[in-house]
Amino acid sequence: MSYGPARALPGDQIKITTNPDTEPFWEAAKEHKLTACQCGDCGKFRMPPTPVCPECGSRKKDWPALPGTATVFSYVVCNKNPKNGEDYIYVPIVVDLDGAPGARLNANVSGCNAEDVTIGMKVTVDWTPIQDGWVLPNFKKA
Amino acid sequence: MAWSHQDKTAIVGIGATDYYVRGKSWPRTINDMAAEAIMNACADAGISHKQIDGFAYYSTAGAGYLDKFDTASLMETLGMPHISYSATLTSGGGGCPGAIGLATAGLMNEDCTYTVTLMALQQLPQHRLGVVFGASAPNPENSFLQPSGLVGPGHLMSMLTRRHMHLYGTKPEALKEIVQATRANTHNRPKAVRRNPLSDEEYWGSPMLADPLRRLDFCLETDGAVAVITTTMDRAKDCRHKPAVVHACAHGGQREWGRAFAWMGMPDPHFASSGHKFTADRVWAQSGLKAQDMDVALIYDHFSPMVLMQLEDYGFCEKGEGSDYVLSGKIRYDAATGGKVNGGVPVNTHGGNLNEAYIIGMTHIVEGVEQVRGTAINQVKDAEFALVSGGPASLPVSSLILRRA
Repeated sequence: MSYGPARALPGDQIKITTNPDTEPFWEAAKEHKLTACQCGDCGKFRMPPTPVCPECGSRKKDWPALPGTATVFSYVVCNKNPKNGEDYIYVPIVVDLDGAPGARLNANVSGCNAEDVTIGMKVTVDWTPIQDGWVLPNFKKA
Repeated sequence: MAWSHQDKTAIVGIGATDYYVRGKSWPRTINDMAAEAIMNACADAGISHKQIDGFAYYSTAGAGYLDKFDTASLMETLGMPHISYSATLTSGGGGCPGAIGLATAGLMNEDCTYTVTLMALQQLPQHRLGVVFGASAPNPENSFLQPSGLVGPGHLMSMLTRRHMHLYGTKPEALKEIVQATRANTHNRPKAVRRNPLSDEEYWGSPMLADPLRRLDFCLETDGAVAVITTTMDRAKDCRHKPAVVHACAHGGQREWGRAFAWMGMPDPHFASSGHKFTADRVWAQSGLKAQDMDVALIYDHFSPMVLMQLEDYGFCEKGEGSDYVLSGKIRYDAATGGKVNGGVPVNTHGGNLNEAYIIGMTHIVEGVEQVRGTAINQVKDAEFALVSGGPASLPVSSLILRRA
């Protein structure tokens, strides 16, 4: 199949909410810093952020700065904007975050044609402003 | 170790409404459909609906996606004099056959005597599952999924399917075979929504909704209600039909699957799976049986690739060999051979969610009961054991083995 350029979904149609467990991730994103939730005791990563480390039970959290690069773990090619049903080529990806073993994000990828996305492809973070002043980490082909 | 409740309860009544294309059940109400299904199931069992004193639901007592069943309302509607058991499994359609285990728990605890498990589904425009993930308000958890535009269950399954293709070389032809093989089972079923044979041309021409999945890999969107009655074996002997004995039943799952595709954090090999390995292993341990001992498999087919991944998780074939297994014809039903093809086990002899109707798993239980009664339209000869699975989704998922009495 030939789809053409993959585009991130428009940020003005995206809304998120936060809670005290997840907010540090989104506050860092506002400053274009990619982080992930790391246990302050055993050092294991987990995403999305949750109150307790599932490995050791600790409530201590660290939010280290990550390199902002990642590897495509899987992807889907979609062809309709979910908000209005109009033709729109976007590629949701699941990525493994570099520097945070075990932590994944779901995002869109751009910077290549949709049919050229592959599992194992290297990507770098690409910030998309969304509603209410928040910023969403998407990715571009590296 | 054998399950302590093995062969102690049985499904004795099955009932349903007509199946309607999405939205076409209106102006019937959801409780009207639920009541008809319950009364039909009781009539099938040979009891009065006023003898029902237990409710064992799944999907958090969900009636479809946004409505809820309420035991008090159902009692008020149907006039049951008292209720002594009312319980539900959590999460969604994954718990469907597990609700029979919940019914068994109530019966074995002597809380109740006849339990009903039911689902009614009415997909009015605001209640449509296909868009439910996208339509739900953002919350702190789904804010890590929804912004990527993974708005429907089909998008989510596609992500798992892609990984399965990458790891194991799974072919699109295998998905086609799953849809065609089960479609071939509906030509003689008056209630089935899709009954025409499915050509290669029609399958390949079906639009890609979420590459690698086509529209025909997605299940039907239907309305209707289905109810089943479970009771103890001693009471079952007095019912109208041969009991469908509850031989093994388990719900749950393991941490690596967890919230599954609402999270996408599953490590390999769990990511490209159906999340059923845990409950599959439990029902095999409970029963001492294995996949190859089954005479028929009613496998939850909201999306065609999830049939393939369940075949692997239940051990019909090795992990990663689902594509070859399916393409060898082993899931086909052939009346001329008494059912089995090429040493396989017929899958979804009723046509499944993909072709007959989608009532969030209940039609699979009904077919399992009919098979072990010996009254199925596409009867597997001398069927002794039927496997029924719940929908691969966030935990719990569930598994049931029914046995001929």
